[in-house]
Amino acid sequence: MAFWRSKTAPSQPESGETPPAEDQAGQGGMFTKFSSGLQKTRRVLGTDIRDLFKSEGRLVDEEFLDELFARLIRTDMGTGPANKIRDEVAKQYRGRVVQLEEVVATITTEIREQLRQDHGGLAKADSGPTVILVVGVNGSGKTTSIGKLANHLRSGGHSLVLGAGDTFRAAAVEQLTIWAGRIGCEIVTGKSGADPASVAFQCVDKAMETGADYAIIDTAGRLQTQSNLMQELQKIRKVIDKRLPGAPHEVLLVLDATAGQNAISQAKGFSAAAACTGIVLAKLDGSAKGGVVLPIHEQFQLPVKFVGLGEGLDDMAAFDPDSFAEALFQN
Amino acid sequence: MFDSLSEGLQSAFKSLSGKGKLTEGNMRDGLKIVEQSLLESDVSYSVVKEFMAHVSEKALGKRVLLSLRPHEELVRIVHEELIETLGPVDPSLHLKADRPTVLMLCGLQGSGKTTTCGKLTQMLREQQIEPLLVAADLQRPAAIEQLKIIGEQLGVPVHTETDHQDPVKVCQNGVDRARRDGNRVVILDTAGRLAIDEELMAQLKRIDKKVGPDQVYLVVDGMTGQDAVNSAGAFNDALELDGVVMTKLDGDARGGALLSVKQVTGVPIKFIGTGERFDALEPFRPEGMAGRILQMGDMVAAAREAHRIVDESERESLEEKMASGQFSLDDFKNLMQKVAQPGLMGRMMGMMPGMSQFKEALDSEEAGGQMKQIIGAINSMTPAERKNPKLIDAARRTRIAAGAGVQSSSITQLIKQFDTMKPIMQMMSGKGGGDRMAMLRQLQSGAMPGMGGGGAKIKQSTGKRLSPAEREKQRKEREKLKRKMKRKRR
Repeated sequence: MAFWRSKTAPSQPESGETPPAEDQAGQGGMFTKFSSGLQKTRRVLGTDIRDLFKSEGRLVDEEFLDELFARLIRTDMGTGPANKIRDEVAKQYRGRVVQLEEVVATITTEIREQLRQDHGGLAKADSGPTVILVVGVNGSGKTTSIGKLANHLRSGGHSLVLGAGDTFRAAAVEQLTIWAGRIGCEIVTGKSGADPASVAFQCVDKAMETGADYAIIDTAGRLQTQSNLMQELQKIRKVIDKRLPGAPHEVLLVLDATAGQNAISQAKGFSAAAACTGIVLAKLDGSAKGGVVLPIHEQFQLPVKFVGLGEGLDDMAAFDPDSFAEALFQN
Repeated sequence: MFDSLSEGLQSAFKSLSGKGKLTEGNMRDGLKIVEQSLLESDVSYSVVKEFMAHVSEKALGKRVLLSLRPHEELVRIVHEELIETLGPVDPSLHLKADRPTVLMLCGLQGSGKTTTCGKLTQMLREQQIEPLLVAADLQRPAAIEQLKIIGEQLGVPVHTETDHQDPVKVCQNGVDRARRDGNRVVILDTAGRLAIDEELMAQLKRIDKKVGPDQVYLVVDGMTGQDAVNSAGAFNDALELDGVVMTKLDGDARGGALLSVKQVTGVPIKFIGTGERFDALEPFRPEGMAGRILQMGDMVAAAREAHRIVDESERESLEEKMASGQFSLDDFKNLMQKVAQPGLMGRMMGMMPGMSQFKEALDSEEAGGQMKQIIGAINSMTPAERKNPKLIDAARRTRIAAGAGVQSSSITQLIKQFDTMKPIMQMMSGKGGGDRMAMLRQLQSGAMPGMGGGGAKIKQSTGKRLSPAEREKQRKEREKLKRKMKRKRR
């Protein structure tokens, strides 16, 4: 596992090379949101990596490294990445007395580098509606994320159609219908138990007919181990592509930030079946850090596109590697 | 028999064999691997530390250091310690005789509270108890609607108040209604909330105080990671929990968070959710969960599943036939038909130690089609051929293939498979547990015929014989890989 890609880890943050956040108009507000959401997290945990260091610096020994490892593990990044970071810190600092800024800067820089991605925004279709398919395990927050994403796009002046493709769970269609009503956008629904692929087809159809900018399609929650349901996702993809060649343009995997190492298996399974293009990290406003996206990004090159920070319509922010990396360890 | 953890330990201890005695220092390497394995299964760090302290104490005792297979001994200690920590079990809902028993479900968003509501209802219905469900989730859009639909599906009343904004009132009214209507059980479905959301946690406390539920269950997602200690701790502080339900354990999550929750709350783990259907709620078994966390599989669950499919007398006669080598293609067909239900074989393989790798192959539609082909082919044989496949020559093969609508090579394939299987079955049914495990291991190492291929085209792994030299080469490669993995883990 090449988590630690750059073999010569820079001990100074490469502030000069930090990529400018792909900021669009109006997103500045979302970053503020991001920070305020994470503020809660920090308040509760109360402790952070700085606690490991006394103001006059601290000797990097086995005990120090163990404590560091504990902090790393608590982000849910997994033992692989945590061991790598620990080893790296040991290599650079063992036997030295270090200042907090030094080590934190190194780790944060490394993680930020790890998460550096080509583009943070949503893909856009060259012509016609951009189709977004949303997938994930049960209870990860798909429907809520769709509501928030739709609101985000709507307030950006885009027209959109929602597709209530979760025809399995009781009242899932109603839930999305309520969101659509709040946002004021079109929704295509099927009967309970209807073929989700047909709902997806109709949704794309409607979006093309009405000339909408986006079509966002919900799917029922499923575990990545349920191969018949994973095949259903492939079918949905196929049907969408039939109606609008090249679609879906985005397949967003919704991950629960409280999830542990199983999220890696989720990313693997859903990527294989539905060719995911990005992640929505939901429920990041809790005390969970969502560090599991690090190994996921590393193994599947799946960028995090959005983070969910609450249950309100506006509680979503574009993912920003810098604040995410900072938030993992810092106040 | 203990998959990945055991393999890791074996390689850790391997370097010692022949070099002298196992020492405390060496054992620490083994313990390190156990620790990493627990962390990988999402047990929270602090809980792992505490747990490992217990394990180390036992592992560093003389008995382990002197035992011939220290890694097995260590795995056994960990397994036992896990069972002890996760237990004791108490699947009772502690229903009151004289008044409605109030159950309250709480947890984070998306942990599966409403679905668990439905599952508990189904369980109570099986005991001829009709619960009243109370929709106290006024946060999430359509949550009330969802519970209503579940109530309809299961034929139980649901108390809803759409005009109320206060869940405390809704719960109180619901309990009053149950008293009036004579429901023995009331289930309160509360809104999902973050443990750090002070306002909503205060609301939950108010419900607890004003309604006074008899049993408060925390519903925990089986995929939860390190945060489990924080959230479970907060719920436990706010409320007096009586039990834990862990959901979504039908996937491949190892569910280590359950150990964290148990350690933090100290309350019994009541049930585990193992599927989307309402009957997929099982009483908690620490043995099964311990095996799952350590990735050892769950033989009991697999056996139970097998029992459900094949009844006792049938099983006995089958075993007898297997043991005596009388097992015919007819029996094979019968067995196939029983297990041909979609998803079933995969589920069982998933529960068998070390067999999870075949799960995917067996779960696929291809595998289902393949099974149909096999059944069709056997149907096209004469009774004599089914009893003694050796009768089947080229002419017969062509006839059978034509009858089943497959290529004659598929028939050859099938017979080869059956021939490989027969002695394995004979051994499996004839021998004791230990030998069975050895057989399972042999199966894992590649003697599983025809898995994963599609229909008639399955060509690979039809019992390819390797020369001793080849086998030795493969073994060396395996060892190399293991060492590499071990190094990586460091």
